[in-house]
Amino acid sequence: MSKEFLFTKTHEWVQFLDDTTARIGISDYAQSELGDLVFINLPEEGDEVIVGESFADVESVKAVSNVYSPVTGTVKSINKNLLDQPELVNMDAMDAWFVEVEGISDKGDLLSEEEYKKLIAE
Amino acid sequence: MKLIFEKGNINRRLDLMPECDVPVVDVDERYKRKKEIRLPNVSETEISRHYTKLSKRTFGVNNGFYPLGSCTMKYNPKINDEIAKLPGFSDVHPLQPEHTVQGCLEVYKLAEEYLCEITGMDAMDFQPAAGAHGEFTGLKLIRAYHRDRNDTKRDKIIVPDSAHGTNPASAAMAGFTVINLPSTEEGFVDVDALRKVVGEDTAGFMLTNPNTIGLFEEHILEITSIIHEAGGLNYYDGANLNAIMGIARPGDMGFDVVHLNLHKTFSTPHGGGGPGSGPVGCKMHLTQYLPTPRIAEKDGMLTFEEKNGKSIGRVKDFYGNFLVVVRALTYMMTLGSEGLKNASENAVLNANYMLHMLKDTFDIPFGKGRCMHEFVISLEKLKKEKSVSALDFAKSLLDYEIHPPTMYFPLIVHEALMVEPTETETKETLDEVIAIYKELYDKAYTDPDSMHNSPATTPVGRPDEVAAARNPILRFF
Amino acid sequence: MGTYVPNTTTEQQKMLNAIGLSTMDELFDVIPNDVKLNAPLDIPKGMSEMEVSYKMKKIAGKNKVYDTIFRGCGAYRHYIPAIVKQVTSKEEFITAYTPYQAEISQGILQSIFEYQTMICELTGMQVSNASVYDGSTAAAEAVIMSKDRKRNKALVSASVNPMTIETIRTYIAGTDIEMEIIPEKDGLTDIESLKKMLGDDTACVLIQQPNFYGLLEDGDTIGGIMANTDIKYIMSCNPISLGILKAPAEYGVDIAVGEGQPLGIGLSFGGPYLGFMATTDKLMRRLPGRIVGETRDSKGRRAFVLTLQAREQHIRREKASSNICSNQALCAMTAAVYLAAMGREGLAQAAKLSMSKAHYLAERLCEIDGYELVYKGEFFNEFVTTVNTDADRVLSVLSEHEILGGYPLKGQKHKGHLLWCATEVNTKEEIDTMIQILKDIK
Repeated sequence: MSKEFLFTKTHEWVQFLDDTTARIGISDYAQSELGDLVFINLPEEGDEVIVGESFADVESVKAVSNVYSPVTGTVKSINKNLLDQPELVNMDAMDAWFVEVEGISDKGDLLSEEEYKKLIAE
Repeated sequence: MKLIFEKGNINRRLDLMPECDVPVVDVDERYKRKKEIRLPNVSETEISRHYTKLSKRTFGVNNGFYPLGSCTMKYNPKINDEIAKLPGFSDVHPLQPEHTVQGCLEVYKLAEEYLCEITGMDAMDFQPAAGAHGEFTGLKLIRAYHRDRNDTKRDKIIVPDSAHGTNPASAAMAGFTVINLPSTEEGFVDVDALRKVVGEDTAGFMLTNPNTIGLFEEHILEITSIIHEAGGLNYYDGANLNAIMGIARPGDMGFDVVHLNLHKTFSTPHGGGGPGSGPVGCKMHLTQYLPTPRIAEKDGMLTFEEKNGKSIGRVKDFYGNFLVVVRALTYMMTLGSEGLKNASENAVLNANYMLHMLKDTFDIPFGKGRCMHEFVISLEKLKKEKSVSALDFAKSLLDYEIHPPTMYFPLIVHEALMVEPTETETKETLDEVIAIYKELYDKAYTDPDSMHNSPATTPVGRPDEVAAARNPILRFF
Repeated sequence: MGTYVPNTTTEQQKMLNAIGLSTMDELFDVIPNDVKLNAPLDIPKGMSEMEVSYKMKKIAGKNKVYDTIFRGCGAYRHYIPAIVKQVTSKEEFITAYTPYQAEISQGILQSIFEYQTMICELTGMQVSNASVYDGSTAAAEAVIMSKDRKRNKALVSASVNPMTIETIRTYIAGTDIEMEIIPEKDGLTDIESLKKMLGDDTACVLIQQPNFYGLLEDGDTIGGIMANTDIKYIMSCNPISLGILKAPAEYGVDIAVGEGQPLGIGLSFGGPYLGFMATTDKLMRRLPGRIVGETRDSKGRRAFVLTLQAREQHIRREKASSNICSNQALCAMTAAVYLAAMGREGLAQAAKLSMSKAHYLAERLCEIDGYELVYKGEFFNEFVTTVNTDADRVLSVLSEHEILGGYPLKGQKHKGHLLWCATEVNTKEEIDTMIQILKDIK
């Protein structure tokens, strides 16, 4: 998969596999800010996700952060590896996708990689 | 150190009970346990030594300075414990006939009288077992009040962003939606923002005053009347009552319902996490919703009243953490009217003295050099310049055998350390601690690494919390 | 006036001066005058320690401490070994706060870890928390944690202690959880009714073992009905009975809860007691309250910490699994010391003695004309009988003889029924004496 990554201002990434299917994760910047993740709460397959609304949360030892969806659609599959190994996100955030969403009907304001880099540099 | 399961010998046992003096009855096979129970097999000597060793690895108020902000770790007077051990209190069955427990009921009645006067409330109920339990109960009263008036659309509780985590958690548990209210830059309730969020769906507002950064909300009457005018009720979180006993009362500030933490303000020990006691007080218009049973006086006798159609019901087994209330009553009787005020005055004095002596060294972002019973230091600058965090600072304090302040609370202050010395500390102790804080501040610039690696003298160093949470080991076997 | 303020007035003045103030009142000048008290609190003056001690002893003296108790109903007088009281009186344990600073709290943390292990051993479950307030709130928390997005109905047996049912009702009011009561038949959960009540929205089934009447429920059949479903099986149990009775895990239970008071904690007019909760690995992250875990420090030494904290209120705030903060830590330690002193055999002995004495008591009571067992099922150490005259009269005659008799059950169908209890502390002689007194009531 060589498709480009797009980003949200709330530090999620989204990678479209085709027009209506995409994978979602959190950015490398997000994982480094959060520190060592100890658990990831994922939705269930078949759940609806909505642009700008939280669909998962990530736990570090002393904090919980929501993960917001960049798109509206239905959860096709979840990355079950993350349930046992949350550290995969710390190791390679761009590889450690959270969910694959299908039937995408809407998407929020998404930033290119360049734009996102600018944002976090500020 | 070894666990108790790693000591002893399988054939070792204590001889505690006599032979059976009646025919022995065996359990029917259908109900008989097959699964082995692996309990310790140890001698009494081993138990005694094991726990003595554990006690040496535990830090209590009796060990040293314990300025845990918002927890009011004052000295726990020994007379309280001695009274609680009297068989007349400790060996009474909760379901004895009422005429045989008049002393227990009198304890509750007296404690109610004291606490109503201290808080300015009309009634006090002792069923809740802890502060959070009291919050839950108090919020249920608010819910019952609105429902009783057919005002069913009030489903929102407003909570400042500086509040204790239990406030929003209790509100959610009681079935409300939580509205988080941002604080002003000075750390107070944002009165204008509050005006904007109140409305027909406002059920109530939760506040502790002095607030969680140790400042008295000067506009308290305006705040509580905004809520009242919108049709909501005001909830007082008693976590910080130790600042104002005999000086001001939540009941006079416009609060309708309060909970108290007897294990904070009223000197009952915290037991390594509990038991506490979280009595709920309220104004007359809410008394009919208090949990059942209620203690009442009838023909000169104290009784438990079971029936009350409008009550929110029972919130636990039996009635309250009784022995904790016995301790708190003993304390209130000892101090009396003057003594309670004196305690608050000195709690505020001690905090202000520390703040004053530290403020030229440390960044104390709120309060302009003054506070009530506690104050908050921000180590944001140390973190930025020397990577010494509030956590590093706290852990370094452990090597001086003093307990660190509360860390990273309230959430609105970065790298927060919240200091609450309480009134039971001497000036000498405060002076020593002030010197240590300053010494550590300098060390952050001269030798930050030693602070990152602290503590060095405790039985264990910083535990790997990430490993603990990723791969939880929660039992021995 | 008693006081615990150590600073002398001279020292106080010195400190005020250091701050730049001259009087205590000035410390409070930020408080608006219209909320300031302008008179002293209207409560009695303070007293010396000796006076307070005298006064409180007098109040304690107004309570009756029974020589003999044949009443349980959720609070039990068991033998408390001397070592239990001594160990838990250590000042460090009593005066410590919640162990947030792990490095100087290894003692408390390890004791909780040991307690969690013991609760797992008793119940056969995999994960225990560090305690909740009491048995009823433990049951209510279990009901709340069993709810999921599709299932919101709790089925609670009518043979559960009424206080537990009332507490659950209060806890779930205003939430989207509903409760239905499973009827009882012959004092036991009516299994046929239960089967009919189960549905797609059933979140959990709660039974008590032994139940409120002391009877042993058919936990296996109930467990069988729920096996391979997503319905959570919650069992509230008496921890002493687990010395000889099946562990909740042996019935296929998902959440075991109960009142830990019998484990070395005094009657104390109802509190503080100890709510225990244990569950499966699968439900671990839904368990409320503090949990202690084992880990290592940087030098590889064994260390204990509060863990899985992201479930809790101080982090998750309104989304926390529960609002619980303070728990019953010292009571949990008490239970742990008790279980260490008793050991496996001691616990089994206490259970067996309690059961045997209760059966002897039942047998002797039933010798008396008009006394009969109301339910025929097997029981542990509590049972219900009829009486041959006014129950209040029976109880007051016993009370005159320093005996607390059985608990008069409430409700029309239980008119004249007493719920009796015996434990290892009740001797044959006590039982025989009481029987004679009862026989003599005309």
